[in-house]
Amino acid sequence: MNKILLAIKQHGKQYGMVLALASIIILFQIWTNGILLRPLNVTNLILQNGYVLILSIGMLFIIITARIDLSVGSTVAFVGAITAMLMVNFDMGVIPTVLIGLIIGALIGAWQGLWTAYVGVPAFITSLAGMLIFRGLTIAVLEGRSIGPLAPAFRAISNSFVPDLFGGTSINVTAILVGLALCAYVVGSDYMRRRETIRHGFSAPSIGYFFARNIASCAGIMALSWLLASYNGIPTLLILLVALVLFYSFVTNHTVVGRRIYALGGNEAAAQLSGVDTKKLVFLTNVNLGVLAAIAGIVFTARLNAGTPKAGTGFELDAIAACFIGGASVSGGTGTITGALLGTFIMGVMNNGMSIVGISVDYQQAIKGLVILFAVAIDILLKNQKA
Amino acid sequence: MSDLLLEMRDITKEFPGVRALDKVSIKVNQGDIHAIVGENGAGKSTLMKVLSGVHPHGSFDGTIYWRGNEYQVRNIRQSEAHGIAIIHQEFALTPYLSIAENIFLGNEYARSGVIRWNETKKEAERLCRTVGLEEDVDTPIMDIGVGKQQLVEIVKALSKNISLLILDEPTAALNEIESQNLLELLKRLKNEGMTCVLISHKLNEVLDVADAITVLRDGLTVETLRAGNDEISKQRLIRGMVGRDLTDRFPERNAEIGETVFEVQNWTVFHPQIPGKKVIDDATIAIRRGEVVGLAGLMGAGRTEFAMSVFGRSYGANVTGAVRVGGRETDTRTVQRAIDGGLAYVSEDRKTLGLVLENSLKNNVTLANLDDVSERGVIDDNREIAVAERAVDAFKIKCSSIRQDVVNLSGGNQQKVVLAKWLFCDSDVYIMDEPTRGIDVGAKLDVYNVINDLAEKGKSILFISSELPEILGMSDRIYVMNKGRIVREFARGEATQEDLLNLMI
Repeated sequence: MNKILLAIKQHGKQYGMVLALASIIILFQIWTNGILLRPLNVTNLILQNGYVLILSIGMLFIIITARIDLSVGSTVAFVGAITAMLMVNFDMGVIPTVLIGLIIGALIGAWQGLWTAYVGVPAFITSLAGMLIFRGLTIAVLEGRSIGPLAPAFRAISNSFVPDLFGGTSINVTAILVGLALCAYVVGSDYMRRRETIRHGFSAPSIGYFFARNIASCAGIMALSWLLASYNGIPTLLILLVALVLFYSFVTNHTVVGRRIYALGGNEAAAQLSGVDTKKLVFLTNVNLGVLAAIAGIVFTARLNAGTPKAGTGFELDAIAACFIGGASVSGGTGTITGALLGTFIMGVMNNGMSIVGISVDYQQAIKGLVILFAVAIDILLKNQKA
Repeated sequence: MSDLLLEMRDITKEFPGVRALDKVSIKVNQGDIHAIVGENGAGKSTLMKVLSGVHPHGSFDGTIYWRGNEYQVRNIRQSEAHGIAIIHQEFALTPYLSIAENIFLGNEYARSGVIRWNETKKEAERLCRTVGLEEDVDTPIMDIGVGKQQLVEIVKALSKNISLLILDEPTAALNEIESQNLLELLKRLKNEGMTCVLISHKLNEVLDVADAITVLRDGLTVETLRAGNDEISKQRLIRGMVGRDLTDRFPERNAEIGETVFEVQNWTVFHPQIPGKKVIDDATIAIRRGEVVGLAGLMGAGRTEFAMSVFGRSYGANVTGAVRVGGRETDTRTVQRAIDGGLAYVSEDRKTLGLVLENSLKNNVTLANLDDVSERGVIDDNREIAVAERAVDAFKIKCSSIRQDVVNLSGGNQQKVVLAKWLFCDSDVYIMDEPTRGIDVGAKLDVYNVINDLAEKGKSILFISSELPEILGMSDRIYVMNKGRIVREFARGEATQEDLLNLMI
């Protein structure tokens, strides 16, 4: 038991956030008389926070390089406006529209990256300008009005579900099976990692800790798939989200590019003298953010069923907050995809829970502000204690 | 005239693994210009940091007497209250503020927080006249030259009613005329009753102005010479500064020296900010296979600037000249190309330039050569772990695991991580910039062994160091650099420390 506690202490930062999310869920579950975790609401939580998560992933890379981006909210709106316009005014098909949306996102990212990386304009200024530029262009494209409704095939990006292949009636069998498969994958990969660690002669965490940790993750996964199964099954969007989280976790943990981005954020001069093309990497993280912002814009527009001038207002702040709550450092060099994921849902559950309880929007804002402040303050205090 | 103003008795200051000062004693008389000379690392700056409270009372052993009383300070403010001011090599001036604002920064003429501009300007003008600085006191600091900035620093100190002025390498950044003016000023201040402690490398200047000279070496007081009583000469000072045993400190090397591998020809580099200022002036060097070539020079002579400009144009502007590796002209315009061309640069400052401190040992070791532990952009964890473990074994790095963040390693072990990083690149030419700075004797020996191993494997090594015994002990040949120019080349055994110092200063 002590060993388990010790292991928890060692990985305290990550588990601290898991515990924070769990306590917030429990708190609101009680406070909302069980509404929070009703199948419908859980599905909504995923659909409502999906685009924030996509933005948080892109933002995380910017923050790891010790920079910031304020323009993503406007990028979301601009891509949304263009896609809506192409489909409604020009009758363009869904696939070419989505492709054009992604290309525009990449171009916006390249534009920002050009100034930040190669001209050396501070990211704060570049993206502040970008925020104004693309918000203005959005309103110009839309002529101040909303454009909609959109083609059902486009809306499906945000409101469709994976059909049940096994024809379950009250419960979606596919969702349960996917949940089981995911559990098997999680346990299996953790076991493989553990075996590798031991094979290389490193001390692996105790077997008790191994079980505790895997039982906890499986319980979480199965609870989620049960809840989804009790409603309409797996939202199509969730598949996209899982794919993005897995892909970018892999990039951060296992690729040369990921490693170099962390090195660049930790010590730009040292990275440069080690042959890392820091300018190119800063440029690429901006392009990446642009593409992800375009995806978020498409998802959000599909959910809204219209391109609107005000879309995406304040999204940049949600994404930044999610990264910092998730343990990324303002000075760069640290931060994980898992952290950004947890940060997104800590914010998301709070938003959703407070709305259900009936706390008015003004107080919601104030409370969210305090949560961000305390989360980062605790992080800093813990770090100072360690030093 | 010879009243004792300051006495520091048996000052001992230790840093982890290094004894920077070992029972150093010094007596400064009222109204003297007292110079302290010694090689880099001899303990001059540390001694002055003890005096000015940068190293607070209690963090060192020994006693300080100031005007006959025991003196204990915890910070610079307290030492200034006693009347002691220190002017560091790097100026503490704010570029956008005016001369007058800088003079009274932290010490403003103000009533309830509101600055009284008339008094401020009048007093600033009066003080500036006393040092011969004739400049509008409203001029921003960034618009006046380095020499005048130095004067502003002195005025700033004078404004605090001090009786002891410490100057750390005051002429390092000044040209001949500015230096002369400064020395004249020091003499004038002395005639007005000011006491000065002058830290300098430039022995000619020291001989010109000093009433007393204390020589430090390796944290020990060698001797204090007083004008009038002792016979003072440049030769005697140099002997005092360097006179130590050279035997057995440097391991044997059995490298076979072959053909020329690395050449830099007619290398000229301009200062990145000051247009028209040459930092490196037509430098040409060559290194053969298996050869260790020393590059000696004072700090600021351009050694690091030379190395960094060669390595991926990491320093300077308008770089001209050719780099040849293995007889072929090699493009080193970016760091990646320099690495691909067979160069490695072990940087001078491991913390800011060599390591990503918050990353693990493993990640630091492989950073410059991730291609060798990855397949199509994906890192092979097992291969990487093996590389890191081999490095830990080969360099005897003391760490809890290869996943430990390098920020928690000691200086010597950090330096080994930097070396391991570059050895993993398997380059042809290793430029080592102060590879033994700030590490203890044992770790130094390990570094020397690494250099010897590299030479025995047929690598070419450019060895930059401020420690002359080290350069003389390790190098097959030595280039001396002074003000950006290669002024002389010595074969092994041809030069003495005195020769090198004479050329460097």
